[in-house]
Amino acid sequence: MFGYYIGLAIRSLRRNVVLTVLMIVAIGVGIGASMTTLTIFRAMSGDPLPGKSAQLFVPQIDNWGPRKGGGQSAATGSKLQNQLTYIDASRLMEAHAAKRQSAMYGTGLPLIPANRDLQPFTAPIRASYADFFPMFEVPFLYGAPWSAADDAAHAAVVVLSRKLNDKLFAGANSVGQSVNLDGQTYRVVGVLKDWEPIPKFYDLTDEKFGKGADVFMPFTRAIDQQLRGWGSFNCKDPPDSGYAGTLRSECIWIQFWVELPTPADVARYRLFLQNYASEQRRSGRFDWTAETALRDLSQWLRFNEVVSDEVRILVLVSFSFLFVCLLNAMGLMLAKVMARAQEIGVRRALGANRSAIFTQCLIESSVIGLVGAALGLVLTALGLLGLRTLLSQSASALANLDLLDVGIVIALALGSAILAGLYPTWRAGQVQPAWQLKSQ
Amino acid sequence: MLQMTHLSKAYRTEVVETYALRDFSIHVRPGEFVAVTGPSGSGKTTFLTIAGLLEEFTGGEYHLDGADVRGLNDNQRSRLRNEKIGFIFQAFNLIPDLNVFDNVDVPLRYRGFNGAERRRRIQKSLERVGLSARSRHYPAELSGGQQQRVAIARALAGDPRLLLADEPTGNLDTQMARGVMELLEELHRDGATIVMVTHDPELAIRAQREVHIVDGQVVDLVAQPRIVRPSSQAQA
Repeated sequence: MFGYYIGLAIRSLRRNVVLTVLMIVAIGVGIGASMTTLTIFRAMSGDPLPGKSAQLFVPQIDNWGPRKGGGQSAATGSKLQNQLTYIDASRLMEAHAAKRQSAMYGTGLPLIPANRDLQPFTAPIRASYADFFPMFEVPFLYGAPWSAADDAAHAAVVVLSRKLNDKLFAGANSVGQSVNLDGQTYRVVGVLKDWEPIPKFYDLTDEKFGKGADVFMPFTRAIDQQLRGWGSFNCKDPPDSGYAGTLRSECIWIQFWVELPTPADVARYRLFLQNYASEQRRSGRFDWTAETALRDLSQWLRFNEVVSDEVRILVLVSFSFLFVCLLNAMGLMLAKVMARAQEIGVRRALGANRSAIFTQCLIESSVIGLVGAALGLVLTALGLLGLRTLLSQSASALANLDLLDVGIVIALALGSAILAGLYPTWRAGQVQPAWQLKSQ
Repeated sequence: MLQMTHLSKAYRTEVVETYALRDFSIHVRPGEFVAVTGPSGSGKTTFLTIAGLLEEFTGGEYHLDGADVRGLNDNQRSRLRNEKIGFIFQAFNLIPDLNVFDNVDVPLRYRGFNGAERRRRIQKSLERVGLSARSRHYPAELSGGQQQRVAIARALAGDPRLLLADEPTGNLDTQMARGVMELLEELHRDGATIVMVTHDPELAIRAQREVHIVDGQVVDLVAQPRIVRPSSQAQA
């Protein structure tokens, strides 16, 4: 009977093309509008490291005391800074109190390609420790991360992004090759697969949805080379002059992540942080009781307001619009069903039970939903295309439809059409067959 | 075949109870051709809708082909209706989107026959009413008489035990009406049990027996001069 009902649905929809088109447009436009905003929202609020995010934490230390500078979160009301000083970052690294930890910052250097056909360019660099890669489960195409020994030795080694490797080495395995960064030779130890977490959770100070670095090098090496941070740099007081002055200052510019696999590890690290802050006070660095915090990845995204209230409101508005569209579709379907009361009565008289009529109408709603889904998908794609032209280049990565989004569109459209069709379908099932005889 | 005993049908509102049928008894035997007549509002159509299991009754008993239909649920009534009853409506009630073949197919679909069986029955029914050459035509392409023949083919396709006809010639001109009546008489001669509601005395007289209803009650059972010979089944 399923094929029969599909055939009936198509005939019925062709009977009144204008009404059918209106229903499909109502659902398609509603789906298109809501899915465009939902896609952006999902990309913004998604878990960039599913399965691992609950084990990743950012330690925070109030190194500025009662007289604050920038870096506060208005949304959370927290007074804690969102980065660390070099002093704190290096001491936390030395303490090695977590399973894995990495201080890091974004910087850059001129890269002189060996291939003379290529012009020198500035390569964005992420200075980090070796733990960065296993901690964030960064996938490697070739080679492996540098070692802890390389960190300790301030080694001139690098890991390249796939994109840069494609550019410099035409995609070949470049492990063991060298690259020239600002006149110094660095040995390539690894090449990453495509890795662009959305949002760029490990450094939200600059562009939250920006692209990652093309070159990764040991933090210790970057400090040796006196590479300054490219991202946010906030100070309570002006630092002393020179790079050494920056390193000695209370300016915050270093991101810091730790991996704590168990709740016990988390509790221990919290205690460690508090003890560390107390120690800083005892040593005379702070004259206040420094507050500390340890936020996991999802808390960190909220702390940094990765998804703004405006986006949440936009999603709400667009789904309200979908609701209005569904009400319209429901009204149209009801009109269509009522216009077919006679046919329904005849079918009932000829032996169709209520569930047969219900199924027939439900399948008709589903056919409308499927076509509405197709239209909604096209409109969503167009909506995202439009948004890409409005968003910055780095944020345009948000406006992409993945397979899950397509699945959501189809499910939402089908669900919406069936929902909109439920009342008309129920009304269809209530048509009394006796009416057919008595109305003549 | 169809036996109603002291059957009643009341429509109730908060303050009024109106009886459409009251203490209504009728017995239609297999192979009979019965005309049900009466003035407007007498309860003829209510009788037909109850007989066709399209409406429930308030009191009394109703046995259809030996089955007590009281208390049957919607599924059971639908199945019984599909298997035992063929409807012929005044306004034909063909589905305009479906061609002749697909219209006749409708009750067979709900019966659950396979494709080959449905095709066989449809072709047989259309041949029976002389419209096998029109199976791909749509209702709008047919005359009123032809549409009613399609409706009769649809009613016959499931081999029902009882044909219920509601003013089957009411929407037809004289010539077409004659053709449809001749077809019904032919079906009766072949053994079909037919109950026909009509207000036309000329049609009623062509039935084997006339049942007259006034104010929801059978007031007279008139033995009619037989124009149509009773079938062998009826005689039995």
